Parts: sequence; C-alpha cells; structure tokens
Amino acid sequence: MSLPVLTSALAQTAAVATPAAGEGSAPVHMASSETSVLFAVLIGVLFATGAYLLLQRALTRVLIGLGLLTHAANLLLLSGGGRAGPAPFVSGEGAPEAVVDPLPQAMALTAIVISFAVTALLLGLTYRSVVLVHDDAVQDDPEDRRIQHAAEEHHEEPETEVLR
Amino acid sequence: MLLVIGIHVLLTVVTAALAERVGPKIFLVAALGPVSGVVLLALSAHDVLSGHAWSQSYRWVPGISLEIGLRLDPLSWLMLVLVSGVGTMIFVFTAWYAHRDETLTRFVSTLTAFAGAMVGLVLSDNVLSLYLFWELTSITSFLLVGLNTTDPVSRRAAMQALLITMMGGLSMLLGLVMLSTVAGTWRLSELLAAPPEATPVVQAGLALVLVGALTKSAQAPFHIWLPGAMAAPTPVSAYLHAAAMVKAGIYLIARFSPTFAEDITWWRPVLVAAGVTTMLLGGWRALRQHDLKRLLAFSTVSQLGFLTIVAGWGSEASQAALALLLLTHGFAKAALFCSLGAVDHQAHTRDLHRLSGMGRRMPVLAGAAWVAALSMAGIPPLLGFVAKEEVLGLLVEEGAGLATAALVGVVLGSAMTLAYGLRYCWGAFATKNLPDGDPDHSTDQIRGVDVRRPSSGMVAPITVLSLFSLGLGLRPATLDHLVAAVTGHEEHLALWHGLNLPLMLSMLIIVAGLALFALRPRFMRLQDGFCAVSAPFDADHWYDRTLHLVDRTAGFVTGRTQIGSLPFYLGVIVFVAVTGPGLALVFGTTPLRPLPLIDSPAQAPVVLVTMVAALLACFTRVRLTAVLLLGAVGYGMATIYALHGAPDLALTQLLVETLSIVVFLFVMRLLPYRYPDAVPGSWNRAKALVAISVGVLATSLVLLASNPYRTSEVGPSVATGMLEGSYTQAHGRNVVNVILVDFRGLDTLGEATVVLVAALGIASLVMTARRPPPTPRGAKAPPGDDPLPRPSTLLRVAVRVTFHATLATAMYLLFAGHNNPGGGFIAGLVAGAAFMLRYLSADVSVASTPLHPRALLALGLVLASGTATAPLITGTDLLTSTYVSGELPLLGSVSMSSVLIFDTGVFLIVVGITLVILDTLGSRKATSLGVVNEDVKL
Repeated sequence: MSLPVLTSALAQTAAVATPAAGEGSAPVHMASSETSVLFAVLIGVLFATGAYLLLQRALTRVLIGLGLLTHAANLLLLSGGGRAGPAPFVSGEGAPEAVVDPLPQAMALTAIVISFAVTALLLGLTYRSVVLVHDDAVQDDPEDRRIQHAAEEHHEEPETEVLR
Repeated sequence: MLLVIGIHVLLTVVTAALAERVGPKIFLVAALGPVSGVVLLALSAHDVLSGHAWSQSYRWVPGISLEIGLRLDPLSWLMLVLVSGVGTMIFVFTAWYAHRDETLTRFVSTLTAFAGAMVGLVLSDNVLSLYLFWELTSITSFLLVGLNTTDPVSRRAAMQALLITMMGGLSMLLGLVMLSTVAGTWRLSELLAAPPEATPVVQAGLALVLVGALTKSAQAPFHIWLPGAMAAPTPVSAYLHAAAMVKAGIYLIARFSPTFAEDITWWRPVLVAAGVTTMLLGGWRALRQHDLKRLLAFSTVSQLGFLTIVAGWGSEASQAALALLLLTHGFAKAALFCSLGAVDHQAHTRDLHRLSGMGRRMPVLAGAAWVAALSMAGIPPLLGFVAKEEVLGLLVEEGAGLATAALVGVVLGSAMTLAYGLRYCWGAFATKNLPDGDPDHSTDQIRGVDVRRPSSGMVAPITVLSLFSLGLGLRPATLDHLVAAVTGHEEHLALWHGLNLPLMLSMLIIVAGLALFALRPRFMRLQDGFCAVSAPFDADHWYDRTLHLVDRTAGFVTGRTQIGSLPFYLGVIVFVAVTGPGLALVFGTTPLRPLPLIDSPAQAPVVLVTMVAALLACFTRVRLTAVLLLGAVGYGMATIYALHGAPDLALTQLLVETLSIVVFLFVMRLLPYRYPDAVPGSWNRAKALVAISVGVLATSLVLLASNPYRTSEVGPSVATGMLEGSYTQAHGRNVVNVILVDFRGLDTLGEATVVLVAALGIASLVMTARRPPPTPRGAKAPPGDDPLPRPSTLLRVAVRVTFHATLATAMYLLFAGHNNPGGGFIAGLVAGAAFMLRYLSADVSVASTPLHPRALLALGLVLASGTATAPLITGTDLLTSTYVSGELPLLGSVSMSSVLIFDTGVFLIVVGITLVILDTLGSRKATSLGVVNEDVKL
C-alpha cells in the first residue's frame, strides 16, 4: 500500500459510518474485527505525543510520555480485537451473542497495572534525582564522554620490535 | 574412548587439588592421563590396524545433532601415538623439570586438561565436538603460554596465540557448518565418505576450514604466534607447540585431503605454496637465532610447512609418507625441546653463545639430542630418513609442474633442516673456541665443567624418544601395518631402496646442509643484509598494526554512537523502529477497503477530548498542568474502554489513573513549578519530526491491520476457545477475569511479581536516599515543622464514613470478579484508593494498617504462587484450577474455585504496592525535604 492509496482510502472511509453487524453460527462468537478510523487516529496522536515527550530531558516529562505511550499501546491491543461491542460475558445457557474479543482486554488490563507499578518506580527514581541534584533533568553520562575523548586522543602508531 | 577423556577430566581436578602438597612429582600422577591413552592404543591396535575402526557416541541433544561422537581409525590412532605416547614421556620429563612455585597448580591441571582436549580432538567424529575440543586446546594453550602472568612478553605472546588460533577456529566452525549443512550430516566420517559436490558453497566451506587448519599449524603468514608461544615453559613448547597441538591443523588437512585434493583444483597449489613458503621462511629464520628455544621454534615452523606440503597432497603414497613424517617429527622435536629444557634447567641459559662444553658433561643427553636432530634432518639410518625418502620418491614419481616445485622447496628446506639441526646440537653441546670476528662469539661463556649433570628423570624420557627414532629407522618394517592401515593398501618400508633419484637427492641435501652449516659466518652476514630490506614486511609488525586499527575503529565508533545522552539513544531507537516498518508500509501493495469512521456517536466527543488533552500535555510548561492533563487522558481512556465493551478495563484504568495522579503529585511537589524553557533549535524540530512519523506509522498500522482483506486471511481468534470454555471449564462468566486467573494465569503470576519487585524498588530508592545539605535555592520549611495545612474537616468526616464501606466494596469486587466486572486487580486498586484517601484526609504520614505493607506483598506472592504450584503436588499441570460447590447453612448455594485464592494473592500485592508508595514517597520525610514548590499543596 502506498501513501496516496492510504490517503484516498481514508477519504473513502469517511463516507462509511454504519458499523457492520457480526455474524456467525457459534453460540458465542466475536464481533467484526474492523477498527474505526477515529480509533486509529487517536492511537496515532497518543503515540506521537508520547514519543515526543519521551525524547525530552526532564524525567517527569519522559514519564508522562511513557504514560501516553502505554495508553496508545493498550488501544493498539484493543484494536486487534476489533470494533466496540458487547462486553465479553457469557451466560452459559448458549444463547447466541456477539461479544468483543476478551484476550486483548486481558492483556491490556495486565499492561495497565504493570505500567502503574513502573510509573511509581520511575517516580521513585525521580525522587532520588531530586534528593541528589534538586532537578529531574536526565544528565548525560560523563563516563561515555570520557570514552569519547580517550578514543579521539589515541592516534600514535604502535612500535613493534622486529624480531629476526 | 569416552573413559580416556573422562580420566583426563578427573585428573585435571585431582592434580589441581593435590599439586600444592605433592610438588612437581604431581606430574607423575597427571601422566596417568596420557598412559590411559596408551592403554587405549594397545587395546585397539589389533582392530584398528586391521581396518576396523572403533566408534562410540554419547548423545546429548539428538534433535540438533549435539553429541560427542568418537571414532578411532588408523589416522586417529597415529595422532594418538603423538598425543598420548609422546605425551607420557613429556609428563615424566616435567616431573623432574618443574619447580615448586605458585604456578605449579595451574601448570599441571592446565597441561592435563590440554592432554584430554587433544585426545578428544583427534578422536572426534562429530564436527561440533571436533570444534569444541579444537577451541579447548586453543584456550589451554593460551593459559599455558601466559603461565607467567606478570611478564608482559608472555602476556602478549599468549594473547597473540589466542587471537590468531581463535580467529582460525571460528573460521573453521563456519566452514564445517557450511559443509555439514550441504552434506546433511554432522559426522565427519560420513561427510568424507560421501562428499558433497564441489559447489561454490562447498568450496567456500573448505577454504574456511583450511584457514582454521593453517592458523593452528602456524603456516605463513599466521606463523608469528608460534615463536612467541615459546614464552611458555619448555615442556609446554615440546608438547603443545611441537608434538601435539600444532599437528591438529595437519591432522585436519590430512583428513580432508584424500577426499578433496583431486576434485578441488586450488587445494594442492594453495597448500604447497603455503607449505613451501613456511618451510623456507622457518628454516631461514631458524638459522640466525642464538636463543636455542627460538631456533627450535622456527625449526618447528619450518617442519610444519613440510608436513603441510605432504598432508595437502592427499594421494595414497603421500598419506603413507605423512604418517612416517608425523611420527618422525613428534619423536624428534619433543626430544629436542626436552633436551634444551634439561640444558636450560642446569645451565640457566639457552643462549648458544654462552653454552660451551655441555656435551662432555652430559654425554647421554647430547647423544639423544644428536639422534633426534639427525632423524629430523633425514640422515640414515634413522626414522627421518625413511620418511624423507618416501616424500622424495612420491614427488619424483608425480613429476608434474606442481610436484617439481614442491620437490625443489623440499630439497632446499631439508638442506636448511640439516643446517639448523647441526646448529642446534653444536650450539647446545659443543665446546666452542670461536675467533673474535665470528657472529656467534661470546666472552661470557658457561662451561660444562661448572654445571651439574641433569637428573636421570629428565634424561630418560628423552633417550626413550630418541631410541624410537633409531629403532624404527633400523627396522622400518615394524611400521608396515600402521602405514598400510592409514593408506588402505600394502606397504613395504625399507631403509635401502637401491641407488635411485631420491637417494641422490638425499645426498645432495646432506652435502648442501653441511655446506650451509660450515659457511655459517658468511651466510649470517648475507642474512643481515637481507633483513634490512625485508623488515617492513614483517608479519608481527602487521599483526600489531591490525590490532591498533581495530582498537581505533572501535574507539571511533563508540565515541560517535555512545555519546551518553538518553534522549539521543531513545531518538535513535524510535527512528529505527519507525523507518523499518514505515518503508514496508510505503512500498507495500495491499489494497485498503473503506472502514467505518466511528464505532458509536458517543465515542466521538470522548476521543476528541482525549486527543486535545494529550496534545496539551505535550506543550504545557507547567508541571502540575502536565500531570492533570495526563489524568484527563487517562479518564478519557477509561470512558473509551467502557464504550468499547470492556468494563473491567474501564474500572482498572479509572482507579489506576486516580492513584497515579496522587503519586505524581507526591514527587512533583518537590520540583519547580515550571519546566525550564526549551532551547529552540534543530534538535527540537528533529524530535517533533520523529514523533509525528511515529504517530503516522501507528495510525497506518492500525488501519492496515484491521483491513478486511487482511483479516479474512487470518484464522479465528485464539480467544474463541476461551469464550467457549469460560463457563463450561473454568466456571466463570467474566471471560476477561477467567483469562487472567485461569487460562493465562502464568502471565498474571509473572505480572504480580513485577509489581512486587517494583514496590521493593521504590522502597529501596526512597528509603536509602539521605537528606542532602540545605540547598541554595532554599528549603523554606525547616525540618520538623509541618509544612502542610490541615485537610478540610469535611473530607475527614467523609473519609471516616466511607473508608470501611470502600473496603467492603473491594471485597465484593474480589469475590464477584469471576462472574461480574471486578477481580483481584480492581479490588486491590479500590482498597488502595481507600487507604490513599484516608492518608490524604488525616494528617498522619503513614497509612496505618494492621499489616506491614511488605508483609502484604509477601503474603500475596505466597498465595498466588502457592495456588499456581499446588496442582504439581497431585501430579496435574501447573495452574490447574479446582472447583467446589455445595450447600452451606445460612448462605445457601455456594460455589468456589481455587483461582479465588490466586486472585486474592494478586489483590494483596496490589494493595501492598499502594501502601508502599504511601509509606515512602508520601512519608513525612519526603514531604519535609526542601519544598521548592509552594504552588502545589496537598
């Protein structure tokens, strides 16, 4: 798919707004796997803003970026399960239902809780940074700088004792 | 055969343990290793020499052909004579040669390990185990050369030997893998019995294997490591660098040559060229050494060149000659090195200028050394003469252009061999009265009469080795069987073949060699002139320059890429992540079908608000605003989840977002109100560009992934089975929860562990942080004073009322989660929120709980992992759930699954991390830590 095709497809999509109904014969089955365009755009915006903040120097901004990226990733997971639909609950009686895919939801739920733990841990790190240097800016690694200088200074040729 | 290797391994350990106590005689214990090899030789002699190879294999991972496959055929048998037979003599010699010092333990155990690796190498039939033993010999060689760890010369030599042989070893591995893949077998014997066609891949594989063999056997231009390796103790030089290890390359060539020498057009020319060059170069340089050990080292280089010529020829006659030559050189060179070791041991020098009259003092030793040197030079009636006659006869018979070239090289090289053999014996043992002008003149001589005789323990093994050279030379027919087995048809060896061309050539060699030795002073002056011209082409110099270049390149690349800036690294990662799939997307060809614009009318405003909040969070320069905007995005997400049909997700997101904001504020209150202003410039534009491309890529990816064309190709979701089995198998109606605690319970267990580790991380990060000295920017609040205003009474009352009710709700969610929205995560977050509210409302710095937070974490993990592993006791699979239901008085029908206990563990861990956060980041200590931001007050 080339970019012009993508843009024209986007324009076409705007015209179609009616969701397609799910179909199938199993008592419980999943709804259509298409994602709405708006959903896709939201994922893009969240990824972009997240990535932008991730590249900043202030650790708290990096963290906020990470949070946005997590949201984006969770939505991406969810989009793999298709469009919105009834929640994945089963009655057990066997009445036909079309529910959304539960697996991405389970994955996203796990991801949300982990991201909470990781965010808290990184905030602990920020706290440490505040205690030590009164700032949350990510410092450059002085060791790497030293290696860089050392590498540029060594230029002389080695002396081999020619053994005969 | 495995037993022999096992004995070596065992002895490596045993000798290491005993060396301190026993002293140098430990080498006699270690000698049991090679002796076991000799026993194997004796037991297998009849079978192997009559053409029945012994084989044995130990399968390790049969699926990927990982096995120790051993095969004892005539060629291996011959090599084993050198490895174990000559090895035994050298171990005995070392028992009298070595001193009791701090290197003894390493010396004996490494040498034993080497002997074992060498046995494995010559017996290996599987190419991978061949490679393994091959590299083991390289490593033990490295350790033995660098035995004296304080001497920079020996360290450099060890490193050089390691780098060159390892490079060759890797090349060989690559070649062997290529050959084996094409041939479809990992057995060397099968590969050589049914060789693959000479396609370019096979030719490349063979070339790579040859590189390995030539580096190991020190062929020019890789020969430089061998003279350097003489920094090792003399027995090591005798064993590794003369008799055994350097022969590994020759062995490999000899294995491949009969199969490939005829078919591969470049095989013989390459090996003859390498061999002749090495033979002449080694001889040339051996003739100008006055350090006798370096002399022997270069003579080894030269002899290895000779062996390469013969091994590479690959005809039946050449295999016979090679067998004899290998034995000759093994016996002779080991004896020569050991004799030098004995002289050095007594006289404390190995400089031929200074040694004088040693022959008179040590007549037996000198006699043995003379026999060895003359055998190496091919003087009748010694073994070397028989071997050399075979080679000359073979090359004369072939007669083609290449054979003639090889013949000229061999004759020249052999003349040099005689000359340096004489130079060695003369240098080590003769009584010298040289005139002043002679290049070998010295004023500082050590006379034989001032030196003690070497002990018979040293002399005996050398004498035995030389007796072999002599005895087998006198009765060459003894070897008929062995040679016939190696070549595969009858051979009759004899000392006297009659007056023919090879004999004439032998005479020529002897005359030329004697002349070369007699004209020694004049020849050395000629060499001096030549060396001045050839110095820039010295291979050792190029080795150093190559290493230096690699160092500089590594430094340059590291300096340019590892600049130490986190944003730079992340930028590079993100950029690469975007460009790869991005290019595939741009050049892809899948047609795109129209997609619906929105899922439901309610979705649109929520999505729009979320987007705007995210964009604003990106650009605001006020910390507090940024956090609140992140919160807004989070709540937006919760709404989207709810609209999407994911109530569990919505609940979780809502709670997590609330807790997150509070935790963010705990830290943000310590920081300045605003972010420092951005530095405008190209960096910022680059960041924005990268970010936008990430966004575009993500959107396109989602649209493409949900493309109906694409999805129709994909099979049904794996979740179909989960939907069907949720109630029937796992007794839960909430499929998401069932997946979390049952179908994918292991993931959840891992996740709970991550949360626990994060909690511990936070605790250690915050609690170990010591208070810094007062800051110039000024801590407004002196420590001890409460900087926080009292929370409103209204809040306190409200929290008092709702606290327990909230906890009860959490309990309900925990129990109901299997069938309704809820579950361990959500319940834990609700309970955590209750504690957090209570913390905010009361001015107590620690959320007091009956249980310590870390105890909660531990209990949670024990419950979760206990439930997960309990089924193992009864023999069922990990995480199998048990379900009970029944009637209870008062409560009526009750059903319960074991996963509830699992979920309770998760619940406790989530509560635990919330309490840890309150306890640490929210503690009074943290609060009173220099508040620089008065605008944020809790």
